[in-house]
Amino acid sequence: MKTNMVGAINNALDLGLQENPNVVLLGEDIGKDGGVFRVTDGLQAKYGESRVMDTPLAESVILGASIGMAMEGLHPVPEIQFAGFMLMGFGQLANHAARYRSRSRGAFEVPMVVRTPISGGVRTLEHHSDSPEALYSHLGGLIVVVPATPYDAKGLMLKSLHMRDPVIFLEPTKLYRLFKQDIPDDAYEVEIGKANLVKNGSDISIITYGTMLGVVNEVVEKKGISADVLDLRTINPLDERAILETTKKTGKVLIVHEAPLGFGPGAEISARIAEKALYDLDAPVMRVASASFPYPFPGYENFYIPNALKISNAIDKLLSM
Amino acid sequence: MDENGDIDQSIFPAGLDDNKILEMYKNMSMLRTLDSKLLSMQRQGRAVTYAPSLGEEATQIGSAMAMRANDIFVPNFRQHGVYLVRGMPLDTLIIYWRGFEEGCKIPGDVKGFPYIVPVASQMTHAAGIAFAKKYKKEDAAVVAYVGDGGTSEGDFAEALNYAGVFKSPLVTIIENNQWAISVPRSKQSAAETLAQKGVAAGQKCVQVDGNDVVAVYKVVSEAIANAKDGPTVIECVTYRMSMHTTADDPTKYRDQAEVDLWRTKDPVDRVRKYLSRKALWNPDFEQKMNDEHLKIVDEAVEKAEAFKPDPKSMFENVYSYVPEALQDELDDAVKNNFWQG
Repeated sequence: MKTNMVGAINNALDLGLQENPNVVLLGEDIGKDGGVFRVTDGLQAKYGESRVMDTPLAESVILGASIGMAMEGLHPVPEIQFAGFMLMGFGQLANHAARYRSRSRGAFEVPMVVRTPISGGVRTLEHHSDSPEALYSHLGGLIVVVPATPYDAKGLMLKSLHMRDPVIFLEPTKLYRLFKQDIPDDAYEVEIGKANLVKNGSDISIITYGTMLGVVNEVVEKKGISADVLDLRTINPLDERAILETTKKTGKVLIVHEAPLGFGPGAEISARIAEKALYDLDAPVMRVASASFPYPFPGYENFYIPNALKISNAIDKLLSM
Repeated sequence: MDENGDIDQSIFPAGLDDNKILEMYKNMSMLRTLDSKLLSMQRQGRAVTYAPSLGEEATQIGSAMAMRANDIFVPNFRQHGVYLVRGMPLDTLIIYWRGFEEGCKIPGDVKGFPYIVPVASQMTHAAGIAFAKKYKKEDAAVVAYVGDGGTSEGDFAEALNYAGVFKSPLVTIIENNQWAISVPRSKQSAAETLAQKGVAAGQKCVQVDGNDVVAVYKVVSEAIANAKDGPTVIECVTYRMSMHTTADDPTKYRDQAEVDLWRTKDPVDRVRKYLSRKALWNPDFEQKMNDEHLKIVDEAVEKAEAFKPDPKSMFENVYSYVPEALQDELDDAVKNNFWQG
């Protein structure tokens, strides 16, 4: 089928509901309305209100009840309408979802997939454009994924639905309908914890994911350089092996993400490179990211999100070293 | 059953007889033995910060004994009596209070969840578990516990509202022991009762003398029987005779006169009076029972103290598998013998 990311995730959820009667979808406006981005469109009509349900407007109990459902044998897929609102349920994720397996030494587990749209670039109101992947990754115990293509979105969702762990499934709003891709009709999985080398080159490694992947690809193509472009796909656990491999191959690493620079995923990636591959580097690791403060109002977002020029300048600087 | 052990026969619960009241008494007494052992272990450095249950025995034992075999409970951090009634291995429970995660490995047949520390956050889990019970068409109720302080939390309101909307088989027990650490019930809420907080969520609401084990048993049994039709909130009015946890000193924030008044309403004394009049209790019986309970607790302590932690288990239970990078952290610790030093 040829579909955008919305269609790919919808299809994955459809297949998940079909194959496992314990899969249930819950969230605000996900039933009749099909979700504010229509990701769950048509699923309530197909599977009924007991499996695809509208909940009261209360993020903490959406996540907390999902934890309870998961421990009682269901495989819930809660949707939080926007990442900014997920902070109201952050305690449930940090205090419980992230550590229930560990705190019970495996006696209880929390298999669930928390879906929420992230990142900006589509002129939404404040609190609708955050990129919080580092927050969830820092906790440990939560799998954190960010797909950048319809193909990966479907495969990562199906893989998530087959895992026994809590997965934070972060969907870049800007990529929902940006482009279509031919993807298989049938179920398939994309491995979690495995990055994807989307461009194979020799002069520089660019490590990225989510909204920035497309921008990086465009810059690389326009400049006609020979670059490794690594799409992480999973933020936690990081594919450290792939990161170190590309570092060894080119000796020059640029990390690009939309999340703020300070304490962002780039800091973790560059620290691992520094610890384990310092002597393979021909230049310092560089980062291009949003500025180190909260996401601005939409009128300012284009001054905030990393753009092609910023990425291009960083590449030039690294290649000149 | 009032403070003198007199029972209002006109409202005597169905399915209860003197044998069961005797069992309630034994369970409440056992809870006191366990509670005082854990408290003294904490004072000796053999247990971590501990939350005593003294004074709240009727609420915990009465509600737990009202549960049917398939019902399942969600505690906060103080319901040791519920675990006791439900057959939790005592050494496992003690391992929790000695500071090891293995204490949360609750056998399936106990039908209960681990202690939860962040106040009222367990209520949202209970709402989800109750939803799942109904979804799976199981004839089971979920009995969830929260304190008076917990009713001020957002999670309490969200969970009650949620269970109301989905008509989930949830029985919420507010173990109102009058004190949330140092803040009294009067400063916790301007509501006349805590039970009425269920009204806004469309739930049935009951307030009961939480020091009366027979009354608690009765209202919880009824709520469980009605759970298939929807949730109930039960406020058990009891009193925390001891500290919040071993980390605070209640003489700093409450009057001894208040404690003395509540001592006259003791939940265990009144059952003893009742049983004594029925010739089911005498000092000799008490002595033998307590000796037996102490022996059971001591054996569990011995077993719990023999438990040896395995640091590798910290790494191996974060996810359903050990990711490569985490395995590296584990290997590094093992290779360098960090746990031997």
